[in-house]
Amino acid sequence: MNTHVPLEHVMLLAAALFAIGLAGLLARRNLIFMLVSVEVMLNAAGLVFIAAGAYWGQVDGQSMFIFILTMAAAEVAVGLAIILQFHWRHHHLDADAAATMKG
Amino acid sequence: MTLAFYIAAAVALAATFRAVTHADAVHSLLYFIVSLLAAAVIFYILGAPFVAALEIIIYAGAIIVLFLFVVMLLHIGRGQRREERSWIRPRVWVGPAMLSAVLLAATVTVITAEPPPAPHALPQATAPSDVGVSLFGPYVVAVQLAALLLLAGLVGASHLRRHDKSIPLRAKGDPP
Amino acid sequence: MYELLWLVPALPFAGFLVIAAGGRRLPAAAAGWTGCAAVGIPAALSLVFAAGFLFAPPEGHAHTQVLWTWIGTETLRAEAALRLDALSLTMTAVITVVGFLIHIYSTEYMRGDADFRRFFAYLNLFVAAMLVLVLADNLVLLLLGWEGVGLCSFLLIGFWYGKRENAMAARKAFLVTRTGDVALLLAIFLLVRETGTANIADILARAPEVFAEGSATANAAALLLLGGAIGKSAQLPLQVWLPDAMAGPTPVSALIHAATMVTAGVYLIARTHGVFLLAPDVMFVVALVGAATLLLGALAALAQSDIKRVLAYSTVSQLGYMFLALGAGAWSAAMFHFMTHAFFKALLFLGAGAVITALHHEQNLHRMGGLRKKLPLVFWTFLIGTACLAAVPLVTSGFYSKEKILWDVWISPYGGPGFWIAGATGAFLTALYCTRMVALVFFGEAKTEVSERPGGRVSFVLVVLAVWSLIGGGVELPHTFAHVKVFSGFLAHTVTTVVELPPGLDWLLWLLLGIASVLVFGGIAVGWALYRGGEPPPILRRAGVDAARRGAHGGFGFDTAYDLLFVRPFTALARANRADIVDRAAAGTAYSARLLHNILSATQSGRLRWYSATIAAGVILILAIALLT
Repeated sequence: MNTHVPLEHVMLLAAALFAIGLAGLLARRNLIFMLVSVEVMLNAAGLVFIAAGAYWGQVDGQSMFIFILTMAAAEVAVGLAIILQFHWRHHHLDADAAATMKG
Repeated sequence: MTLAFYIAAAVALAATFRAVTHADAVHSLLYFIVSLLAAAVIFYILGAPFVAALEIIIYAGAIIVLFLFVVMLLHIGRGQRREERSWIRPRVWVGPAMLSAVLLAATVTVITAEPPPAPHALPQATAPSDVGVSLFGPYVVAVQLAALLLLAGLVGASHLRRHDKSIPLRAKGDPP
Repeated sequence: MYELLWLVPALPFAGFLVIAAGGRRLPAAAAGWTGCAAVGIPAALSLVFAAGFLFAPPEGHAHTQVLWTWIGTETLRAEAALRLDALSLTMTAVITVVGFLIHIYSTEYMRGDADFRRFFAYLNLFVAAMLVLVLADNLVLLLLGWEGVGLCSFLLIGFWYGKRENAMAARKAFLVTRTGDVALLLAIFLLVRETGTANIADILARAPEVFAEGSATANAAALLLLGGAIGKSAQLPLQVWLPDAMAGPTPVSALIHAATMVTAGVYLIARTHGVFLLAPDVMFVVALVGAATLLLGALAALAQSDIKRVLAYSTVSQLGYMFLALGAGAWSAAMFHFMTHAFFKALLFLGAGAVITALHHEQNLHRMGGLRKKLPLVFWTFLIGTACLAAVPLVTSGFYSKEKILWDVWISPYGGPGFWIAGATGAFLTALYCTRMVALVFFGEAKTEVSERPGGRVSFVLVVLAVWSLIGGGVELPHTFAHVKVFSGFLAHTVTTVVELPPGLDWLLWLLLGIASVLVFGGIAVGWALYRGGEPPPILRRAGVDAARRGAHGGFGFDTAYDLLFVRPFTALARANRADIVDRAAAGTAYSARLLHNILSATQSGRLRWYSATIAAGVILILAIALLT
């Protein structure tokens, strides 16, 4: 299946998605939304791998995406467990209030 | 096909934007699913149908659903939604938006600085079997490591969810 | 028999350990007798050894006992080994016997002192260190004893440390002798580097191969050894500490600052005489130092008003005689004078201690007087001691030893008539100040009441020492009197004989003996004429004489000079550096570390979003650098 989508455009889309995710990560105080923003950024990175793999006609990009997917699954599992624990203890999900590890 | 890409790209951008900015966690997650679906379409257009399927099945179908379960488990109600809105007033977004814009500008500059070299071969749709051969060929060690990572995630998650209150983990402003 | 040698230094050290560890649990009397026994047994042993050496000398006239290997490297090997030969045996015998008597004396003299046990602990430690010094087989072990006696000297001068002057005197003695110790240490380094061994016998054997006679290295080694010796033996220009060291208890002055420790310098030079023989120029310097010191010490002794300071300066002066003898190569004469001096100077100090105790701790000569009738035993023994010091002809040991020095100096290839004149002048001055001291203390009117008479033990020790002071000279007589050469014959196997008697000079010996005797009697006569009444003569009140007396009283301004040359600049430097400029660098390091810590600590806000933002900022920074360069 031939595509005529230029590589730059996919990359620009990925960059834009990454920027949105970063902005979300920095702006949101709710831990769930921060985690979602991280997922957005991960997904954008995966998009770059797929685009580059397709551009070069290699399968490595897709392999990399699968690794990202694996990592995301593990990260979400741990992250959500932390969120649950956090909520049980504090009854809220405010990341700024949890600044007890101040140096 | 090209047109489909741009439509999917627009959908992905809009849905992601809403996912990040929405005050309601459930709505936000649903927007994110839309974004993921759009990404899956793009993957398909780029000739990666297998990954597109994985994107839908695992990302949208498993990971985000896990999110949804947690959100529902936590009973985030109307009061918290109001609090959430107060946290994401426009003023809060100024700094992060600027930082992200600068990063985006830098990335765009890098991407558009010079055109990419011509590809060695024409883009071809790759079959799932090719991906499998690649994974269990040159990347077999990475697969093992990924398995270990998953195991670590599993152990970590099952440890962290234990309801042990003996460990003090109190933030500022909490009732003692 | 000689296998018991290790007991000689070990017993005093054991005594020190027992008394120090016993503390207050040990009764004072027990501590005293432990201390006496710990020195008495070695004294008996050393006398047995001496008899053995005289009648059945061991092979090679020396016995070496290796205790263990102390330092063993490729380039330096120092065994903890003791070497008994004529030289070290002489020293050992004198140290232990005189030390034993002084210990007995101290049990009475120090009775009732709150720190009685501490005193005996220090005294035993001193004897142990001194014996290590003299018995050491190698220079490294010798240095251990050398520093050990320095430490004990410091501890005992400052024994009554509650008084500030005593503590200052102790510090002064320590610092001044330490100046010499540095020279000794450098000498040891040099000798070990050049000869490749620390063993003294090996060094002496190899020195002629390694050093050319009169070479710069030989001169340097000898000069450095001399530096160590003059520090310990209070010779010019490091003599300033000894008069102040009289701040210690009187038995300490007798043992350490008259009989034994201050002669360590003499012993060191005699021990390493082979090195000095390779440096004739330094031999001359040694003789010069000795001559200058004996005159200076005698003059200063003439002007002192404190009885112990008179004796201290006379010690400086007598040590000057020993150095003069060493400089002339008359090793056995120096050791002979060391032996007789140890007896009569200990006697004098102990007698002075009895006088001081009798007069309520009055030490000023001008407030004494008339004690001849009240303390007859002390008077007669003190008189014998003074006669020995003044070298009254024929009847005293001091005469034989001093005349041997003077005679040897005249005929020695390293000496000469000039040094003889200096020594003879010193003999005249010695007789003069001895007479002055006796006249002021024992004649004239009594100025202070006698409160306490010496007890049995003090009297016993005084009598024993007086007898030895009289007969001790009999072991070595001028050859014109009789052929008695026990002492020099005894030492001949250990030291190289340099001074050979040229034949046909008997008339000269008679002449010199006669002149010296006339000078001694002249000194006594002049002294008696001036001080007969127990009062300072009117001549002293004349302006010029008074100024000279003041100068001599202050030790000829050496203290003032050193104060100006060393102490003032040092304190000025210390004061200028009060803010501790050097320390600023270290403090600056700490300050900047703290500053950086604060900066980095501020970044650790604990806020997750802040961390994410810094990561993003870092990424932007890296991208910007990549783009802009």
